[in-house]
Amino acid sequence: MGRDQVAVRGFGAPAILTGMDDIIAISGVSKTYASGFVALEGVDLTIRRGEIFALLGPNGAGKTTLISIVCGIVRATSGRVTVDGHDIVRDWRAARSLIGLVPQELTTDAFESVWNTVSFTRGLFGLRAKPAHIESVLRALSLWDKKDSRVMTLSGGMKRRLLIAKALAHEPRILFLDEPTAGVDVDLRHDMWQLVSRLRQEGVTVILTTHYIEEAEEMADRVGVINKGELVLVRNKADLLHELGSKRLSLRLRSPLARVPEALAGWRLELSSDGSELTCLYDAKDVRDGVGGFLERVREAGIEFTDLSTTESSLEDIFVSLVRGRN
Amino acid sequence: MNIEAVRAIYMFEMARARRTVTQTIVSPVISTSLYFVVFGAAIGSRIQSVGGIGYGSFIVPGLVMLSLLAQSISNASFGIYFPRFTGTIYEVLSAPVSPLEIVLGYAGAAASKSIILGIIILATAGIFVPLHVEHPVWMLAFLVLTAATFSLFGFIIGIWADGFEKLQIVPLLIVTPLTFLGGSFYSINMLPPPWRTVALFNPVVYLISGFRWSFYGMADVNVAVSLGMTAVFLALALLIVAWIFRTGYRLKA
Ligand SMILES: Nc1ncnc2c1ncn2[C@@H]1O[C@H](COP(=O)(O)OP(=O)(O)O)[C@@H](O)[C@H]1O
Ligand SMILES: [Mg+2]
Repeated sequence: MGRDQVAVRGFGAPAILTGMDDIIAISGVSKTYASGFVALEGVDLTIRRGEIFALLGPNGAGKTTLISIVCGIVRATSGRVTVDGHDIVRDWRAARSLIGLVPQELTTDAFESVWNTVSFTRGLFGLRAKPAHIESVLRALSLWDKKDSRVMTLSGGMKRRLLIAKALAHEPRILFLDEPTAGVDVDLRHDMWQLVSRLRQEGVTVILTTHYIEEAEEMADRVGVINKGELVLVRNKADLLHELGSKRLSLRLRSPLARVPEALAGWRLELSSDGSELTCLYDAKDVRDGVGGFLERVREAGIEFTDLSTTESSLEDIFVSLVRGRN
Repeated sequence: MNIEAVRAIYMFEMARARRTVTQTIVSPVISTSLYFVVFGAAIGSRIQSVGGIGYGSFIVPGLVMLSLLAQSISNASFGIYFPRFTGTIYEVLSAPVSPLEIVLGYAGAAASKSIILGIIILATAGIFVPLHVEHPVWMLAFLVLTAATFSLFGFIIGIWADGFEKLQIVPLLIVTPLTFLGGSFYSINMLPPPWRTVALFNPVVYLISGFRWSFYGMADVNVAVSLGMTAVFLALALLIVAWIFRTGYRLKA
């Protein structure tokens, strides 16, 4: 997508295009709960085969609802979803067979052993026991030495990994991770990121929801932002950071300024309290009044500087500004 | 048909029974033995026989039915309520498992457990009183049909319940009284006429009567009627279960 095509105003969801490379196609999906609450409204989204897609949004945005619809746990009020070409309502068996789901809540059995509970999930998916696969999944999630332990004796982090092991028990082609690292310690979070990249190498499509921006930033190929039941944007992560991010240019001044000079009015400027650092906020995509023009103006104003640095805004900044803008 | 899934659910439920063997097997056996001591010894000393059958032997089919109904309902209702309560039901709902397969797994396991229990109770009863089974095939048929039907009702209760109290309220307030009043410990022919008519509105009468007929060839109501009523209950339970899955009632938002 060209730089100039992207504008903050144009956050319409993309038209639905299904192709060979799309593994999930969601079109016009709405959900009104029995309470009358509208949790999703006209969501269109396609997920590409083999990608890692991060669905980003504040609490209550509708992330879990959307995932639950694709997985068959919640019924859509309207709209259509296909999974690898299989309609989730008409061809539900084929659609669900491809999907592994790691739910947001730590919902586990209590009295069963780790081994049995993981094997149970494989059975639910109609597959015969395959101890070698279960073993490799448990090893990958550092649960092998717990295989005979009762689930209730596991720590929270282990339970989280157990839920992932269960979701992988039937060798799914698509994995949904609903807030996989919520309330999880840093080590485990990095393990999770590693696991996701390993799955990606195996060609598994991963859709994760999060409200930790750094998670999306770390892992995702593409990012969708959902707020109040509407998908407000879908972008390649790199493009998103690049196109929407404000950049900050900081100049270390040779001599401190008392205030921002008149000559630079019209720019978004911040002066540090000691007057020695001048920071300009600018839009990377704004070609007309780019950073070059600013530096020229600085020189014309006779302001000398000894150093300069730029920083890009994170997804977090973008996200906050987007969500705030819509509210 | 996802046979593996049915098997997975079934085995999972059976494993739960093995863990709670005291609750599922030992306690019903003890309470049955107590019935023998109390009813058999206390009442049996006054009522010598009913229709030519020793009172102790007479109450055996009713006692088995009593446990069969109670255990089918409590096993099946707990089996489906618990995953709803903990949230683990999500994996059954998101797996490629049809409603029929879910019911076969959960209600099938509950029915199996109560059938095993019924047989254990019969064996226990055999220690106390002489037992005679005139129609073994029909005996088994009534056992299986009743277990299946009431496991389905249990399944329905487990879906309808939104708390542990509700799980127990139906068995406690409806099923247990109906079983006690349904001729477990007496023949409804022993009742005064108006009460006999009232008793015929009790569905459990037909189950116990048919079951007792398969033992001793004697029945309160015609055995064909008993069989027909059992089939009606089974059909009713199946209809409600079908409705639950079609509407997603309490399972899917
Ligand atoms: N079963 C339900 N009945 C009514 N409202 C619900 C139900 N489930 C979720 N909601 C509401 O729908 C909204 C979206 O929820 P959810 O999809 O869980 O959001 P997220 O996962 O993005 O935090 C929330 O406001 C939530 O309260
Ligand atoms: Mg959620």
